[in-house]
This record gives sequence, structure tokens and C-alpha cells, in this order.
Amino acid sequence: MRLADQAIEFSPLPGAIPVWRAAVDAADLPAFCRAAAEGGGRLVALWGADERDRGQGFRLHVALALREGLAWLDLALPAREPQFPDLSPVFPAAARMQRAVCDLLGLRAAGGDARPWLRHNGWPADHFPLRRDIPAHTAYPPQPEDYAFVRVEGDGVHEIPVGPIHAGIIEPGHFRFSVVGEKVLRLEERLGFVHKGIEKRFESLPLHEGHRLAGRVSGDSTVAYAWAYCMAAESACGCAVPERALWLRALWLERERIANHLGDLGALGNDAGLAFGLAQFSRLREDWLRTNGALFGHRLLMDRIVPGGAAVDLSAQAIDVLAAQCDTIEREAHVLKAIYDDHAGLQDRFLTTGRVTPQLAARLGVIGLAGRASGQAWDLRVDAPCAPYDRLDVNMASHRNGDVAARVIVRFEEIFESLRLIRRILADLPAGEIRTPLPPAAEGAAGAGWIEGWRGEVLVALEAGAPGAHGATLRRCHCHDPSWHNWPALEHAIMGNIVPDFPLINKSFNLSYSGHDL
Amino acid sequence: MYQLLKQIVRTGIRTEAAPAADETLRVTAQRLQQAVLARLGRALVIRQVDAGSCNGCELEIHALNNPYYNLEALGIKFAASPRHADLLLVTGPVAKNMEIAVKRAYDATPAPKLVLATGDCACTGGIFGESYASHGRVSSVIPVDVAVPGCPPTPLAIMQGILTAITGARKED
Repeated sequence: MRLADQAIEFSPLPGAIPVWRAAVDAADLPAFCRAAAEGGGRLVALWGADERDRGQGFRLHVALALREGLAWLDLALPAREPQFPDLSPVFPAAARMQRAVCDLLGLRAAGGDARPWLRHNGWPADHFPLRRDIPAHTAYPPQPEDYAFVRVEGDGVHEIPVGPIHAGIIEPGHFRFSVVGEKVLRLEERLGFVHKGIEKRFESLPLHEGHRLAGRVSGDSTVAYAWAYCMAAESACGCAVPERALWLRALWLERERIANHLGDLGALGNDAGLAFGLAQFSRLREDWLRTNGALFGHRLLMDRIVPGGAAVDLSAQAIDVLAAQCDTIEREAHVLKAIYDDHAGLQDRFLTTGRVTPQLAARLGVIGLAGRASGQAWDLRVDAPCAPYDRLDVNMASHRNGDVAARVIVRFEEIFESLRLIRRILADLPAGEIRTPLPPAAEGAAGAGWIEGWRGEVLVALEAGAPGAHGATLRRCHCHDPSWHNWPALEHAIMGNIVPDFPLINKSFNLSYSGHDL
Repeated sequence: MYQLLKQIVRTGIRTEAAPAADETLRVTAQRLQQAVLARLGRALVIRQVDAGSCNGCELEIHALNNPYYNLEALGIKFAASPRHADLLLVTGPVAKNMEIAVKRAYDATPAPKLVLATGDCACTGGIFGESYASHGRVSSVIPVDVAVPGCPPTPLAIMQGILTAITGARKED
């Protein structure tokens, strides 16, 4: 199979979604990326692997979203001075991923930003903790750190450093604002503070237990990550998941989407001075989470999705409870939407604030919810639907204004659509088993899982290792959060806005630090 | 404005006081307020510090301020600065990249101060454990008074943890 009119032969990877894999050389990679980008393709993820214990060098993996599905490219690199072509001129979102690959594995992009990204003071610049000959528990003394922020010069320009610990109940990260008066000229983000070695940790887990760690890459997206991980593991093992389990997974994914949108809509009202919105939406969110706890045993739905199926089933009475709750939430959300829409003070704060135009969003590769608010009409549930989404006819929310108001509207529309989907799932839920044993994975078997979480698309790519005491081990597992693509867009969205609008703009994106820092 | 007021009236007061299903919460809330008054005679102020969490714990800490748990009505509120705080509510394993920030937040909190390690990761290192990038449990970096397990702990469990921290501190007087 050939993709993007390039002379590279791809072979399909078995599994729930179309994944095409091919080995490329250093000249083919940028050429393929350029051709893919010209045809509307996007960068999904970029990561590396250490293959020196197999008598090879290193390997760079690049995943692209194409019309035909996910293209997964492998570039072999030498063991000594591994270097690969800089892809950031084609895909700006590649820049930080390349810096992360350099920090963790020592694979360097030939050009582009050479500053560290995930490495702060935790390990020396010439040590690469994700290499297989570095033990996971290696303790390094704190290193001196001098990060070169870009300085803005000019009359009256001053800097406001914020974080890593922020003023609210939020994850840590550092923001460096360059401002004149109240107006923001430039924002530079410095992330990586919650890097806790997740990818290294995966390599000590058996394949059939990795879903628990994947479900804690970003707690607000635990369903999306667990599903993506299980999809990847099931692809590597050739496991056919019972149909009922797939429908339950979709039920939980939509419930997770609604829970997060409810929370965000309340917080957005609050950040614009309408505490009423927070009180109302946080009440609805709490009702929603309590139902999760009562029916499924976990308020955030952690560990409900397991390799081979689902951990808990749904009774006939529970279906009635869930359907009734959909009606309640829909009614309440319509009332609150009307209040938000009519509230002049709120709309004044929302409209034209933190704009990312469709042109800029396309250039930066903004994805997910924030992308759909800026004209990037892409939703995996529509464009590359896995079961049961291929049967649900999802209506995508899409707007073009790219401001806080647009990101609010997309959230409202996605709540109503997800409520519709939940009703369909409850009505058509197939009978049968919810779990099947995971067949043993062959050493070296690879799989990919790709799921449209509430924030955007989550990718998990993994490779099975040698058989261990508890079944197959995990040789490598890479989890990719949509926040990688959208954090750079936040730097653009704030430009020209005033400092006090930053919390509102930031919340309207609501990006993950943990999912990004790994 | 009419619709907004109507919604407020229609919603009523949702803070849980009496319903049987949430009896434990009501009792906890009352005991908590007494303990706060006895210990401090004023509001307890909390500074939340994410030392490396997956953000699951943060979601449940946020829930403490929803109308059901209504923590602020008990005189307990979250502050923006550790300098205004009586208690640090710390989540996550301590990422090595957060070590300095966590220690500085602790040093900036005026004595007497309390530290509540919240969630499995803060208690034991949890699923992330100790590694080149993680110190594991919070007590390996700063002193901890009370540890609340759970992944994540429920809002009710976090409220109980706050109570335990306050009553425990009283005994030491």
C-alpha cells in the first residue's frame, strides 16, 4: 500500500483502526512528511527507541494522520551520534517532541531548537535515561540549570515569571510573559516539571498490566488513555474484543467527555467573574461522577477498561438510571447555555479573547477540541472511527472564530452530542461477554491505539518484549497527549491580550501538564 | 438576569446537610468545623501543591468546593500563596523537576504548618514509584503529618484527611 503518492510500501497493522507501517530512510522521511502535509496530513507523534541491545542503533518513530488512517514510520539511526532530519519546518509541533527525544534518548534533530525540554536539573546533559542500559533507579545529583528564555527587548517591556506552582488548584508549569503595561507581547512556556519517568516505568511492567499506568498519564483522560493502551495491546496480541465491551468503552469515553466539559464550563464562567456558573456546573459534574461511582465503582472511571474488554458490566436497571440522567443533564445544560448566551458581561469576556485563527491553527497543527473551535474539523470518531463509532454517526462540533467563546460553544455542542450518543449506546448495547483473555503476544509484536479523548486524540504505540514470568513484557510504550500540539497554540492565543485574561484563555484550552511531561 | 435568578431559586441550596445517604459527610463537616475553631479560632487556609500528580487528585480537590461538599462554607479556603497557608495539600509523587519548588513552598509556609499528602502517589509513590525522575512519596522531600490514600481519594476522604490533620495537631499542643 502506498500513501501520499510516495514510493514507500506500507503494510497494515492488524487492529481496530487502520494503521500503516513502513521503514524509511533519512531522505524519505522529510519528503514523505512534506507530501503528507501538502495533502492535508498532520503530525500525530514523534518518539524514539533504543535498539542497541538487538545489535542495531536507535530508531525514530513518526506517526502521521492521513485520510487512509495512521501512518507509522520507522527511521533507523546509528548507535553513534544518532541524528535525524529536523521535521519542525514541515510540522511546527515536532519541535518540542524532538527536544524531548533528545533529552530522553540522545537522538538529535539536525537543526531547530536545541534547548532541553523535559530535562531540567534532574540528570546530566550527556546521560539519556530512556536508553536501555540506564537503570530506571539511577539517582543523579541535581545539575546546574540555566534555561535560555527568549528575551523581548524594548522600551517599557518587562517580564512576569509565573510558576511552576500556580495560584490555583492546577498542575505545575512555568510561564514567562513579556508585557508592556497590561498587554502581553509574548508568552514562553517552560514545561516538564511533572516529568516522572512514565515511559521508563512502562518497561518494567507486563503487557497486560500497562493499562493502569496508561490510565494515569493524565487523570482527566483516564478512559481515553486506557482504551488507547488496550487497543494497542489487543492489536499486538491479535485479540478480538467482545462487542459489548467496545460499546461499554464508548459509553465511558462519552461520560468522561461530558464530565470534563461540565467542569470546564463552570470554571470558564468563574474565570470570567460568574461564580454562578461554577456552582451550577460543578453541581452537575458531581451528580455525574457520583453516578459513575455508584454504577461502575470509580468516580473518574479509572481501570474500568482492561486489556481484552471491560472490568464491569451494566445491568438493565442501571441503563434506566443512565438514560434518566441524560435527560436531567440535557435539560439543565440547556438552561445554563441560555443564561451564558444572554449574559452580556460573560460574552464580553469570551468573545474575541484568545483568538487562534483557522490559518494559524492549521499551520501549528492544533487538534482536538481547541482545533475544532478554530476550523480544524477533525474528530477521530468521525474521520477514523473504531467500533462502535462506525455505527453511531457522530456529528462533529466545529467553529471558526477560534476565541474563548468558540471553545465554550464547542464544549456545549459536544455535551449535547455525547448525550445523544450515550442514549444510542444504551439503546443498542449488544448482549454477551465483556472480557476475553488476552492471547500471548509474540516478541516484537507492535500495536497502536488512537482514541478521540475529550481534549483531543490520544495515541498509544507499544511493542511487546520477551516473555516474562507474567506473560509478555513491554519493551517500549509511548503515550502521546494532544496537549503537545496545543500548548504552542496557547503561546499565540495570548498575544495582544491583557494579562488578566490569561487564566480565562488558559482554561479555555485546559491542556494537560502530566500528559505532556510524562 | 431573570433566567439566572430563576435557576438559582430553582436549584435551591444543594449543600448536603441532612439526607441520609450522605450522613457521613454531614457529620464530618460538623466535626471539621469544630476542630478548625478549636485549633485556630479562624479560617483554615490551604495551599494545594501538585508535586507531580496525574491531575486526578486535583479533580477531586476541586470537587471540595462544589455545592455538595461546600468546603468554603466551613471557613476552609484555598489560598494562592503558601505564605497565606496553614496547611499544604500535596499530591503526586514528587517529580525531581518539582523538588526545589516543593521545598520552597514548604519553607514559605509560616509555622505552625501542616502537610497533608493526598492520594496513593503522595503516600507511597504509587504506580509511578521512585526513579531517575521521581522521588516517590512526599515524605521523602518534606515532613508529612497525614497521608490520605486513594487513587484518587474521594472528596469525602480528603475532607476526613483535613480533619485528621487538624485534630492530630491539637494533641501535640
